[in-house]
Amino acid sequence: MILAIDGTELQPINVELAEYSELFMLISAFIYTLAFILFTVDTARSSATIRRVEAELAQEQEAERIAVTAGAAEATASAQADGAAKTAQASTAETSQPDTSTAETSSDGAGPGEAEVNAELVDDDMAYARPKRPLANVAVAITAVAAAAHIFAVVARGLAAGRWPLGNMFEFLTAAALVVTVVYLLALIRRDLRFLGVFVLGLVVTMMVAATIGFPTPVGHVQPALQSPWIVIHVSLAVLAMALFTLTFAMNILQLVQSRRERQVTSGAEGALARSSFMRLVPSALSLENWSYRINAVGFVFWTVGPMITGAIWARESWGRYWGWDPKEIWTFVIWVVYACYLHARATRGWTGNRAAWLSIIGFICIIINYAVVNVFFPGLHSYAGLPE
Amino acid sequence: MAEKRTTTPSAHRDNAREDALADAVGEQRAKHDVTTPALGVVGMLRWAWTQLTSMRTALMLLLLLAVAAVPGSIWPQRVQDSFAVQTWIEENPTVGPILDFFQMFDVYSSVWFSAIYLLLFISLIGCIIPRARKHYQQMTSPPPRTPRRLERLPEYGALELADDGPSLDQALDDAAAVLKKRRYRVEKRETSVGAEKGYLKEVGNILFHVSLVGVLIFIAFGSMFSYRGQKVLMEDEGFVNALVAYDNFYPGTWFSEDQLEPFSIRLNEFERVFDRQVDENFEPLDGFGQPLEFTAHVTVQDGHDAEPEDTTLRVNHPLTLGGAQLYLVGNGYAPVVTVRDGEGEVAFSGPVVTRPDDPVYTSMMVIKVPDAQPEQLGFVGLFLPTAYDDGTGMAISTDPDLHEPELHLNSYYGDLGLDDGVPQNVYVLDTDNLEVLNSRESDEGGIVLAPGETHELPDGLGTLEFEEINDYIAIDIHYNPGEAGVLVFALLASAGLIATLFLRRRRAWVTVEQTPAGRTLVRYGLLSRGEDFSLRDETIALRTQLEKIWPVRPPEETEPSGVVSGEGPNTTRGI
Repeated sequence: MILAIDGTELQPINVELAEYSELFMLISAFIYTLAFILFTVDTARSSATIRRVEAELAQEQEAERIAVTAGAAEATASAQADGAAKTAQASTAETSQPDTSTAETSSDGAGPGEAEVNAELVDDDMAYARPKRPLANVAVAITAVAAAAHIFAVVARGLAAGRWPLGNMFEFLTAAALVVTVVYLLALIRRDLRFLGVFVLGLVVTMMVAATIGFPTPVGHVQPALQSPWIVIHVSLAVLAMALFTLTFAMNILQLVQSRRERQVTSGAEGALARSSFMRLVPSALSLENWSYRINAVGFVFWTVGPMITGAIWARESWGRYWGWDPKEIWTFVIWVVYACYLHARATRGWTGNRAAWLSIIGFICIIINYAVVNVFFPGLHSYAGLPE
Repeated sequence: MAEKRTTTPSAHRDNAREDALADAVGEQRAKHDVTTPALGVVGMLRWAWTQLTSMRTALMLLLLLAVAAVPGSIWPQRVQDSFAVQTWIEENPTVGPILDFFQMFDVYSSVWFSAIYLLLFISLIGCIIPRARKHYQQMTSPPPRTPRRLERLPEYGALELADDGPSLDQALDDAAAVLKKRRYRVEKRETSVGAEKGYLKEVGNILFHVSLVGVLIFIAFGSMFSYRGQKVLMEDEGFVNALVAYDNFYPGTWFSEDQLEPFSIRLNEFERVFDRQVDENFEPLDGFGQPLEFTAHVTVQDGHDAEPEDTTLRVNHPLTLGGAQLYLVGNGYAPVVTVRDGEGEVAFSGPVVTRPDDPVYTSMMVIKVPDAQPEQLGFVGLFLPTAYDDGTGMAISTDPDLHEPELHLNSYYGDLGLDDGVPQNVYVLDTDNLEVLNSRESDEGGIVLAPGETHELPDGLGTLEFEEINDYIAIDIHYNPGEAGVLVFALLASAGLIATLFLRRRRAWVTVEQTPAGRTLVRYGLLSRGEDFSLRDETIALRTQLEKIWPVRPPEETEPSGVVSGEGPNTTRGI
């Protein structure tokens, strides 16, 4: 017995579906936590993984030496097959074979000793390389299950309320967590980003917990100011951008640690980092920097079109001016400028590497401020967060 | 990994890539040290200009801009809420004036903020004009000359053609055709082909920055000729767009009164819809009572000669009249009251705007009756749409709809201070110099009225009658001729941004030479300008196409020393 709402085109809330949505949101949070634990265990066991791979490598080298004595031609073939398997992601099957001349120019690759082992452990293109990590694989599979439950929860919420499910802080944060997961899973299809798992899942679990504890909001309609088609594009792009910036934040943190470790290894210092097994499974700082740059570039475009431009268009439709220096608008602008700095820094001598990484991290901190602090503490036009009075 | 950076030019960075090119071509690297400025005014100016337009300065100014924008979110801004600024300064008498001196309450029109963004834009223009000129030259001139040592380029390879392969010249023609098909701009030279593509990348870059200048210009243009104003409109009340009719009016710098188009609007009826959903047990759901829809039924007339037209004004659905936009920004209840004074004359009669304070429309109400005799009267208190006394004697509103409307007022008499011409806030009654008539604390008690009831004031000072309840709406009227320009340039900037971030600028060279064995040896090298993470894919695609058209000798015979043990043939380096 649900009473219809008189005098409006809004459909009534589907209470049953809303309950299912909330249940699945909770279930997905639990599964994420499980995946996070598995990723953590995998990370903790990375030294065992490396030992296993090193043993395998040694065995293979032994086999190769035998093969060399048996016949040089065969050895070449095996080496080629090996190489082809390794870069199967990057090049197509028919091109990888006769590529000897390219190899000549690229011979600046791995040096002797540990660097060589590292090259076998990780691939700077983040293609799937040697180490078999069954725990991490299980964690990825579980993450996918959690994401499925999460997708159902978000869609059911939207259907139950009969609107785009991005109307308050709770919905924003859970949707952002979902996008982070989905982007991560999609990237995993092509690239070996398992080293990021513990960070990504850690952030996702944090977001889910923060949403549930900090901003619990029952399924409901939104106030008239939010009933606009612009919510679909404006908030969705903001969520997408935020998800991408979350991923690069994790990568930039790793980049800073990795570059520190690289310095230690190069200078021969025996720091704790230089011996860290986990960091040996992480790609080089340069590679992390490049990948986070590519993701940040996409995120910046989303941020420009989403929060900035469509935000201005909607503000003009709703409040009468396209830009009014409301606290939310201020921080959106600050974030845009910080990431613009980041993009410029990459083209400026002396600002690449760690400095650029710091800019990206500052940008993410601004995003946290924009999301959490501005909505909660600064009075402004964006203060319809569904927060308890 | 770290030594790799020093020994080989890292293949992903703009400057580094330029260095690689200079290396390959055999040119001296450009000096990047800052030279000591030559003395003299012209020299100093030139030096200052070079510094200002350098990337490093632009980066610093950008960072500074981000930092400078932050105070605007910490302290209230006059552009947002001048009343809040005034209150803040009054509450912080020491810090307030100091912050005000540093324009912390007008951050975005302050001297320092303006200085930063103006310098930034000058730097931008100084940077973008030479770049545009240079790019125009590059677009209209042939691709750069062939480097002497292709093998130094980030991507390089060679193909030895079979004995029955094409001649040197034929091979060059073929290579040129393949490159053209891959949409390179190609120039055939004596023993080589030079090619370049992706010119739109830099075009996008320039477009983005020029569009930002455009956005800034139209923001300035808009703020000069714009106006905005506010008006509270009662039910059955009309508004004609003229300066005197506004409650508040904020003109732009160069606004003139004849910009006001004479449109008019009249509020016929106002409708509120609240969430009324209940569950199977008729218990209210979460969100019960929250507003869902506000609809103002209005009659508008766009100019003197136009026909009156009935339409609706809703949140998110502004009306456009005479080039200006009308927005529904607020609404509330306006109880209609009549005050008779001590002499029995009607001293005030009409609807009174109340200010809703919470989602259940607990509304602040102030009535000032300066015309009352023998004493001026003042009333202050609450209007409650659904009054509910929870037993403490203090009534609260429990619902935004009019289920149990009541007025809860205190009354005062004395000099209201309106006669000496000092403007007052109509929503605030200063009771300091007034005597209490009715109050919850006084013996007389407070005034509690339902519609149709009349309260008699003590000491025969008059009566207050609560007749009925009207609705009112608050509308904002905005006129900004710069909006369209800002939008167009913002969209152009986005297009430029996408082009510059995701297009790739690539150069390719192919050389041919005769091997001692009399075969044709083709070498190719690729170089990217700016960030490019898929140059290798481009190389592979190019090589595949070349191999398709030519009979290529198997690689191990081409360069016997090429097969290096230990090195996989496809070692990927960097990105």
